[in-house]
Amino acid sequence: MEKLKYALFTGCTAKESTPEQMMSTLAVAKKLGIELVELTEASCCGASHLQDYDDFLSLVLNARNIAYAENHGLTMVTICNTCQLNTAMTKHRLDHNAELKAKVNAKLAEVGLEYKGTSQITHFLYAIIDDFGLDKIKEMVTTPLSQFNIAPFYGCHNIRPSELQNESHKSPESAYKPTSLDDLIVACGGVNVDYEEKNKCCGFHAELQAPRTAAILTGNAVAGAMDANADWMVTPCPLCHLKLDTQTHHASIAIGREVSLPVLHMQQMVGLALGCTPAELGLNHHVTKVDFV
Amino acid sequence: MDTIKSQQVTFKVFRFNEETDYLPYYNTYTLDVTHEEVVLDILNRIKWDHDGSLSYRRSCRHGICGVCSIKVNGKGILACKSRLFDLVDVFGSELVIEPLSTKRVIKDLIIDKKDFWDKHAAVKPYLVSDIVEHPASEHLVSPHDAEKLLEADYCIQCGACHYSCPALAINEEFIGPAAFAAAYRFSADVRDDASLERLHIVNGEAQGVWDCVKCMECAEVCPKEVNPIEKITKLHNMVFEANIAKNNVATRHAVGFAHSIEKHGLLDEGELVRYSEGNIGVLKHVPVALKMFAKGKIVLPWNMPKADKLDEIKKLIKSSSTVKF
Repeated sequence: MEKLKYALFTGCTAKESTPEQMMSTLAVAKKLGIELVELTEASCCGASHLQDYDDFLSLVLNARNIAYAENHGLTMVTICNTCQLNTAMTKHRLDHNAELKAKVNAKLAEVGLEYKGTSQITHFLYAIIDDFGLDKIKEMVTTPLSQFNIAPFYGCHNIRPSELQNESHKSPESAYKPTSLDDLIVACGGVNVDYEEKNKCCGFHAELQAPRTAAILTGNAVAGAMDANADWMVTPCPLCHLKLDTQTHHASIAIGREVSLPVLHMQQMVGLALGCTPAELGLNHHVTKVDFV
Repeated sequence: MDTIKSQQVTFKVFRFNEETDYLPYYNTYTLDVTHEEVVLDILNRIKWDHDGSLSYRRSCRHGICGVCSIKVNGKGILACKSRLFDLVDVFGSELVIEPLSTKRVIKDLIIDKKDFWDKHAAVKPYLVSDIVEHPASEHLVSPHDAEKLLEADYCIQCGACHYSCPALAINEEFIGPAAFAAAYRFSADVRDDASLERLHIVNGEAQGVWDCVKCMECAEVCPKEVNPIEKITKLHNMVFEANIAKNNVATRHAVGFAHSIEKHGLLDEGELVRYSEGNIGVLKHVPVALKMFAKGKIVLPWNMPKADKLDEIKKLIKSSSTVKF
């Protein structure tokens, strides 16, 4: 197989509040022999909020990020569900609206860039599944996670709206019964846990504006995983991770029940199965202690 | 003609009668279903062949009246539009049939939609316009202006998004995606004069658009592809454009992204929280922030990373911004 190579859009949290996500992404890519060219010029995607204030500005900034991936001639890989949604949504809107694309390109021309629509955009989870292949992951597992019940937490912005998301997937993912993360857990030798909240919202995006709503959603998610007998949770989204890892105190108060589980980034789970060390994967950067390794 | 294909499917059907039952229960039926059948056909077969007391709403059978909306394995659907085989493809051969909201059940699959209609009515879902009683010509809407509705007028008030919205399930004051889509539909209409009034309603704290959790479920579930979250985003934009955005945590949270990107290219997470909450409000986040700091999750201001070619980003923000706060 030809070596896989992507343009990596890290997003902001990987540089700030989830350093372990950056570390584990690079560690896993190295193990899998995937080359990641970091888009150091990329800006914040606006995280689904900038567009509420200024939709056009959000489009221009996201189109600029994609243009840099296009200049490398590479598929853009994201490691944050919200980066994925915002970027893929921008691509969809520009690719389906020539007038809008021209308006955005008129702005990008001011800085010598052009959005062409030539790069695909996919989340690292789907790059692993679609391009690398779960069978190959299975073969490479050195430390099967067979003693663990693992609760997948998909994160809204990787699975909804499915019509948009499935534009970049090889096999379609249902928003109501997603399977990608479950399949990855199984490929890593773990036992995937089924529970109602696995495809639900963690509340992250309303944390400041609607703290009670956000805390209850977080509490429900962790409680659902605990009641399904999970040893830990795993998510492809650093924003879900922040919410589930750092906010369980508020969540416990909000739902009137003590809830807490270790939460791993998808990359950390794969890394553990492939024999990466806890230090390489940044497991010491979690607020809820990862006490099983 | 295709050969009719069939397969066996087990249906677990939610049952509850508020007049006689203390708790809800499920009845199970195993039926052979054909590839031509929709969920409503199965409900009819259960009622007509097995248990005449099963209650559900049905009317047009053409996906336009919106009354037969229910949930199958947690997914909001129109019973008359959803093919069994499509559902079996996703969920397997055991399907759980439930009302849109189990807490609002009157009988079986029939719910009391009063809260839905109250929210709908609250956004003035009608044209408000001075009528010239004897107009000299028709009041035409150009195709260009009609497109501005973004097909929000396709909503059939089935309630699938309303009863799938996680924000609404927790915060009953929240107006919800269907009513927001209706608010947008009339506020975007060139003939309407009540846009500002509606924007004040959707701008309200707790009830307004700011409490949306952005889960995208309303876009996913809508059987008419109305895409309510798109309209919710538009309403946010219209609130800023109309210059009625209040100076509060929610509006500052949206604006803060632009400030941060202009300064660093990236989001300054700590500064966004401080700017959104204010110097006093931010204090409630200190306990969590300290725990995060201890784990290396807080970047101090002087170590804040910056995007390469920040001058490009600054230039684009200057030239592409369309709104001020």
